[in-house]
Amino acid sequence: MGVKVYGPPMSTCTARVISTLEEMGAEYEVVPIDFEAGEHKQPPHLARNPFGQVPAFEDGDLMLFESRAIARYVARKYKSSGPDLLREGNLQESAMVDLWLEVESQQYNPAIAPIVYQCLVIPMRGGVADQKLIDANVEKLGKVLDVYEDHLSKTKYLAGDFFSLADLSHLPYTHYFMATPYASLFESRPHVQAWWQDLSSRPAVRKTAAAMPTSR
Amino acid sequence: MGVKVYGPTMSTCTARVLLCLEEVGAEYELVPINLSTGEHKQPAHLARNPIGQVPAFEDGALMLHESRAIARYVSRKYKSSGADLLKEGGLEESAMVDVWLEVESHQFDPAIGPIFFQSFIVPMIGGVPDQTVINTNLEKLCKVLDIYEARLSKTKYLAGDFFSLADLSHVPLLYYFMGSPHASVVNSRPHVKAWWEAVSSRPACKKVTSAMPGSA
Repeated sequence: MGVKVYGPPMSTCTARVISTLEEMGAEYEVVPIDFEAGEHKQPPHLARNPFGQVPAFEDGDLMLFESRAIARYVARKYKSSGPDLLREGNLQESAMVDLWLEVESQQYNPAIAPIVYQCLVIPMRGGVADQKLIDANVEKLGKVLDVYEDHLSKTKYLAGDFFSLADLSHLPYTHYFMATPYASLFESRPHVQAWWQDLSSRPAVRKTAAAMPTSR
Repeated sequence: MGVKVYGPTMSTCTARVLLCLEEVGAEYELVPINLSTGEHKQPAHLARNPIGQVPAFEDGALMLHESRAIARYVSRKYKSSGADLLKEGGLEESAMVDVWLEVESHQFDPAIGPIFFQSFIVPMIGGVPDQTVINTNLEKLCKVLDIYEARLSKTKYLAGDFFSLADLSHVPLLYYFMGSPHASVVNSRPHVKAWWEAVSSRPACKKVTSAMPGSA
């Protein structure tokens, strides 16, 4: 029996899991969760994810949540038939994958997520974006991207000259960020821009992104 | 040659790495970094951690940052029958370790972090704690701890009936928090309280926390 992903495919964190499944060539089923109806806060979903968020992930008896943990599981489970996204056979390479996975999680995500939320999600719900918050995070993101620019001038991908889960984990928010007025933050940094072009042109990434509409 | 950790003992993220090194019984050298003089933003440290934070970690030619990535590296490098903090030999067990590592990172830390900052850091730099921030985050933390209480009523530790890096990763901030006036939110949840007592009484935890300042 195949694995199941519970969540809307357009959700950033659900897309993180779907893109990993696609990269690994795994069979999977997406079970949509209706955000607008608050389905993620109802008992059936809370039994899958007690934090009431998406995605959740089911593989037989195993129920997982937290997209970054699910992605690791998928990368490990399908390793023999797909690419080596974690490099766990090599101590130095896996250390670099883990490092840049944490940089995404602790530095990149906190700066980029509020910009995406304010520019795209809030207006979609009929609200007014907080420009001060956007400006503060654009400044933060710029500093983070300077570190990426310097790093990517030395290696082709984040963990080294090999594509890894660290690169892939940046897809969801970056995809939506490119639909905000701030995409120039990437355009003005040639190595970051080239890295994003490369990442976003991968077949698995294009397929995942097709379910993530950016026009309102 | 042994490994080096760069950072102050009182720093929660530096402590996360030290806890891991102690748990696996590794030899290491701690090189203090003086945050009050801005040493972490100087070129010598930026060469180790371009984000300009602590800790950084050196193992021969390998230089790492992001405490959670360093902890994974240490757990992997020094893995033995006595210290298997990641359970990477088992697909399901490692998945549970990863889930609760991400919960620490994305649910627990964002709630407890601001309480720690307001209660400990703000007074230390001569400011007045923002009680609204503390109260808002205490409410968040209580909801998170309700989920922990439910989980720990089923398993002895977070990832299962085995101690793992997921438990250890909570120690630095919880240590400080339990010395604050808000400890009751842990003590009023019997399974969380018992879990904290079991984790914090481990020799490695006692050794590292004894070098961290006492209470708020």
